Amino acid sequence: MLTDRSKQVVRKEMTWAEKAYLPAIFSGMMITFSHIFKKKATIKYPEQKRPIAPIYRGQHVLKRDEAGAERCTACGLCAVACPAEAITMVAEERKKGEENLYREEKYASMYEINMLRCIFCGLCEEACPKEAIFLTDRLVPSTFERADFIYGKSKLVETIDNPIDVSVRQTQKVLEFKEDKKHKHNRTFLDKINTIIQRH
Amino acid sequence: MAKVTIDDITIEVPDGTSILEAARIIGGDIAPPAMCYYSKLKTSGGYCRTCIVKVEQGSAKDPRPMPKPVASCRTTVMDGMVVRNITSPENLEARAGVVEFLLLNHPLDCPICDQAGECDLQDLAYKHGEEETRYQFPRREFEPEDIGPYIKLNMNRCILCYRCVKVADQITDGRCHGVVNRGEVSQISTYIEQAIDNDFSGNMIDVCPVGALTDKTFRFKSRVWYTKPVDAHRDCPKCSGKVRLWYQGEEVLRVTGRKDQWGEIENNEDGSTAWICNDCRFDKKETKDWVIEGPTHVNRRSVISANHYEGLAAIKADTLRMLGSQPHGVKVDLGEGALDPNNE
Repeated sequence: MLTDRSKQVVRKEMTWAEKAYLPAIFSGMMITFSHIFKKKATIKYPEQKRPIAPIYRGQHVLKRDEAGAERCTACGLCAVACPAEAITMVAEERKKGEENLYREEKYASMYEINMLRCIFCGLCEEACPKEAIFLTDRLVPSTFERADFIYGKSKLVETIDNPIDVSVRQTQKVLEFKEDKKHKHNRTFLDKINTIIQRH
Repeated sequence: MAKVTIDDITIEVPDGTSILEAARIIGGDIAPPAMCYYSKLKTSGGYCRTCIVKVEQGSAKDPRPMPKPVASCRTTVMDGMVVRNITSPENLEARAGVVEFLLLNHPLDCPICDQAGECDLQDLAYKHGEEETRYQFPRREFEPEDIGPYIKLNMNRCILCYRCVKVADQITDGRCHGVVNRGEVSQISTYIEQAIDNDFSGNMIDVCPVGALTDKTFRFKSRVWYTKPVDAHRDCPKCSGKVRLWYQGEEVLRVTGRKDQWGEIENNEDGSTAWICNDCRFDKKETKDWVIEGPTHVNRRSVISANHYEGLAAIKADTLRMLGSQPHGVKVDLGEGALDPNNE
């Protein structure tokens, strides 16, 4: 005997009541009916949402700067920090006249996150030296095709008229941590202009 | 022969050896970092001051200390000299000051720069630098410029080490490249605005310790740590043909010379430096052009080693190389058969 919980099978003859199965059916139905009056375990999702933690990490966003230019410079640090190897990108050189589109000399012409691989750990956000990628409180919607889970720039970059708020998770502690990363060299184009204006 | 003691390790070297070369013979962390000194280029060194060391005792005959830190690349050893590098806190503090000066005008655009990951200045700043600059004035700015069809010059990143100028002087036939102006406004330039068409001009990319001179054919193609280095050679009529190919998938993204542990181009069997010609560097980017020798050994402390797994044998070999380079003969038992590279 391997455990002390094993039971000997008893093959005793069933009584008439047991053979009729009706008492068993009724006791089962009672359990079913009693659930009508209990609290539901499910919610009606799109209309109703479960409360999430203030530090919830959901779908990523690629932020634009104050002037509307993409912040990402395709440095690849998010991809090298990613433990799930979910991020791929292709860099390209900014051409003359595209300064309003991309903040830096180099930009990501292709940027993909495989949401099936992503474990939403937030290491990409931590690694980003340009404050470009953030995890937001949005859920990644489910679909039927695997290919639909590979999010390109069209799904990741925020639109100019609809900026995504990422300030919820940027608590005092997080901001202090980021200050520690010393981004003072990372001044935006507008900052530069403002300092020139102030000087004159 | 002169007996010199560097960081409490005594070594005997031929007369006329510089302190830096003596420290490199000892190896490991004792070797001072060098940004401008390049042992394969004559008269290089003496500009950047990163290799400064403290000389506690000038020589056996004159045991007075030297009054201030000296550039170890340009100071020759004397018999009985006592030198401190990493065992002297004030020397490390002085070096941090030098790094701060080198970074005064450096744009710190590492996320954009193609050199990031194999940049000497990046390594230096991480290891010896301060966390923050105290410089509050605008940095000098230049427009990126093309030197010939293959080389991009980003003068903002330049630290004026003069290595590329020495290459243009010593490797190539005519002088085509130099430093114009002085002080803060000095800049590397093609001499009398001549494009560089010499066969060996591409070596300027390899000697540049920062991202000032970069390969235009590799520009923004990938990041260094996503490419896989492979040693290869070909029968080249112009040069030794010994190169390092940087693969991404099946594609050769970049061809460079082979660099040793000091970041300098390796020697050929006959002792000459294995500079490579522009044909090998810029035109031969097909696997069929090359005979592959095998994957390059990447130091596991380098960011390039990310996602490259060499097995335990490589780590053991690495450890032994470091321990073996110390003349003290530190005895560490790694276990039976640890030296055997086939033993995993």
